[in-house]
Amino acid sequence: MQFANYQTEGFHDEMFDATGAPRDEARLLVDTIASLDEGQFLRCQRSAERILLQLGITFNVYGDSAGTERIFPFDLIPRIVTAHEWAWVERGLKQRIRVLNHFIDDIYHDQKILKDKVIPEEVIKSATFYRPQCIGINPPRGVWCHITGTDLVRHGDGQIYVLEDNLRVPSGVSYVLENRDLMKRTFPQVFEGLRVRPVDDYPGRLLEMLQTIGPRGASENPTVVLLTPGIYNSAYFEHSFLAQKMGVQLVEGGDLIVQDRKVWMRTTKGLRKVDVIYRRIDDDFLDPLSFRPDSLLGVPGIMDAWRAGNVALANAPGNGVADDKVVYAYVPDMIRYYEGEDPILPNVPTYLCWRDADRQHVLANLDKLVVKCANEAGGYGMLVGPHSTAQQREEFAALIAAHPRNYIAQPTLALSRVPTLVDDHFEGRHVDLRPYILYGNEIEVLPGGLTRVALRKGSLVVNSSQGGGSKDTWVLADSPENGSAE
Amino acid sequence: MEETRPLLSRVADAVYWMARYIERAENVARYIGVNLNLQLDLPGDPGQQWQSLIDTSGDGADFLKRHGEATQHNVVEFLAFDIENPNSIFSCLRSARENARSVRETISSEMWEQVNEMYLHMASQYLVPGAEWLPEFFRQLRLSSHLFQGITDATMTHNEAWNFVRLGRKLERADKTSRILDVKYFMLLPSLSDVGTPYDDIHWSAVLKSVSGLEMYRKKYGRLEPRDIVEFLVMDRDFPRSIHYCITRADASLRAITGTVPGTFHYTSERLMGLLRSELDFTPVDDILNSGLHGYLDALQGKINEIDNAVLADFVDWRPQGKTPTRSQSQTQTLAVNGSR
Repeated sequence: MQFANYQTEGFHDEMFDATGAPRDEARLLVDTIASLDEGQFLRCQRSAERILLQLGITFNVYGDSAGTERIFPFDLIPRIVTAHEWAWVERGLKQRIRVLNHFIDDIYHDQKILKDKVIPEEVIKSATFYRPQCIGINPPRGVWCHITGTDLVRHGDGQIYVLEDNLRVPSGVSYVLENRDLMKRTFPQVFEGLRVRPVDDYPGRLLEMLQTIGPRGASENPTVVLLTPGIYNSAYFEHSFLAQKMGVQLVEGGDLIVQDRKVWMRTTKGLRKVDVIYRRIDDDFLDPLSFRPDSLLGVPGIMDAWRAGNVALANAPGNGVADDKVVYAYVPDMIRYYEGEDPILPNVPTYLCWRDADRQHVLANLDKLVVKCANEAGGYGMLVGPHSTAQQREEFAALIAAHPRNYIAQPTLALSRVPTLVDDHFEGRHVDLRPYILYGNEIEVLPGGLTRVALRKGSLVVNSSQGGGSKDTWVLADSPENGSAE
Repeated sequence: MEETRPLLSRVADAVYWMARYIERAENVARYIGVNLNLQLDLPGDPGQQWQSLIDTSGDGADFLKRHGEATQHNVVEFLAFDIENPNSIFSCLRSARENARSVRETISSEMWEQVNEMYLHMASQYLVPGAEWLPEFFRQLRLSSHLFQGITDATMTHNEAWNFVRLGRKLERADKTSRILDVKYFMLLPSLSDVGTPYDDIHWSAVLKSVSGLEMYRKKYGRLEPRDIVEFLVMDRDFPRSIHYCITRADASLRAITGTVPGTFHYTSERLMGLLRSELDFTPVDDILNSGLHGYLDALQGKINEIDNAVLADFVDWRPQGKTPTRSQSQTQTLAVNGSR
């Protein structure tokens, strides 16, 4: 299967340099793929898709008829990250998570950063995910963001930027593990000669982290459960996958009950106490007594049990205050404020529509910018200027004028590309990267993460709900010469 | 002592129903397969044969309303492929899969993959005219259900959840064996003119084949006699589809779940199950026939239903006493939550 006609088309390609030659770290992989005949490669790809369906590795699409499941398309060509570049990404992520956690703890206690006017108070008080219910709470070890999935992108300048901090209930890590497994099953020959860092130990590390945050008075082996909204949630597969791999109970809201400010699960033999909950339900639905009263998914009284220190919740409620696209713009300032250091990983330049000057610039340049709703996820509520129609731009102009606080804008990035199988040949498709970071005793970064790929030609939207697929991500254990992209 | 891992009430319910639905699908597949074979041996109108399948299913009223007179096509459609019939093979496999999907972390991966595959296979089929492919199709369905049972017994720890699987499977099977015997016995006895003719044997063979029991019956009794067939299907100690066998095993699973000492009971379900088991232990078949088989089987099905309800009340639908923050209860939730995918 040849790359002879493959074109980088002026984009930064993760596999080939600007002259069209394979990058050092990709040469072996390119040679291996080139040595396969076309039929062999296509068979591997088809067998991977069949396995996904057999294993039931699917997600639900909202708005589709109930129970519609799709596989998250998988592409066999991996994305490679050199050891040198990864070491830098890892340092940058650890710095960022440490600071974001510090920020959340500050916001729910002394609010020094607001008093020192580094961030305007109104930005925080108007953030959708700011929860006054959390003021004064001290979660175990002062950790608020136990599991984070930060979105990174590489622009045409070769630089990696942080695009979003997903602090609330980030999903996708199951695909990282399944993609690697699938790759080993269907395409083992490509691993030869390369030292790819394993990812299989993630569930074990996740469990260890969850056990370290057990509440005071819990045994050394606290009872950990994973709380899911149920089988109709789009990420249900992941919930059951992680529970299975960790060997913990997968519970729904109806399985849990609060008595005497403690959380219990309803079993065939009566009530059993629960110590740590990895909750995959958003704050809004977590506790009808504290948040949305119409939620049937959550557990009445669970916030009170958490406040009393009788149960640990991961992630901590309220941590979404740092997961707001306006607050995002202030993260570099936070890093300087709390740590006295410059950020290692840069932010994408961001215009805040609530600032008059920024808003005027945004409205005048809607055709060039990407506009995002400050608190939506999943690629919803977004305008990609260069790909938009005049009517869409008018709609967004009206939305921005009506609720300037809710919108930010960023330059349209020329996301880097990776060769991707299209029918019977390879074409470049844009990708991003979501590494997963755990924070218990210390901060740990899973090597690699989820590489999402926009399968539609030219598309910059990688979300699974919007025609995205995924690829395996290879972090190499040692770096070949000239492997740095810094 | 290491405390055994507790089983969530919801999970117990899901594995129990997963097993029941798969067993139900397998039984329907077997009846249809036997009937397809039987009609080749019988002269004249096969409609009555197909109607008897509908009677066995217990969904006669629904069928009558939607289809009227029974033919091979509409019966096979209704019992196997009909999305709106909650007890069709398709619906059973869909429900089994939904239940399995909600407890993937409790059952083994192999079990989940097998249920998923059964469902995906069924969902990709639709009924086309012509019957040539049907016997093989239903044979495959039966085999895949057997495979599921084998996988379950070989890959899942025989823990509390596994005992709920077995409890569901055995109660469903006992119910189905009693239904097929009830309907066929009622249908066959009046045709005294057939007694001693080849057709009589063909019919009784079909009854036994419907529970995969013909060969095992022959080894034990030889000639086909209604009395012996009833004894075999209701009372046999060792045949795995006899009612006695199923209830004995269901009772064993229930006691494994509760840990209650034999001869005593702690839960209502244990008491009802124990009563039924000892009745089967100590009732001679001739007493049953003298007092009327239909009445006996009808009462038996009622007792199995009561046990089913009691299991639900004892282990699944119980609510704790004491003060808890309240809200309205809802078993199913379809509310979409904003995940961050």
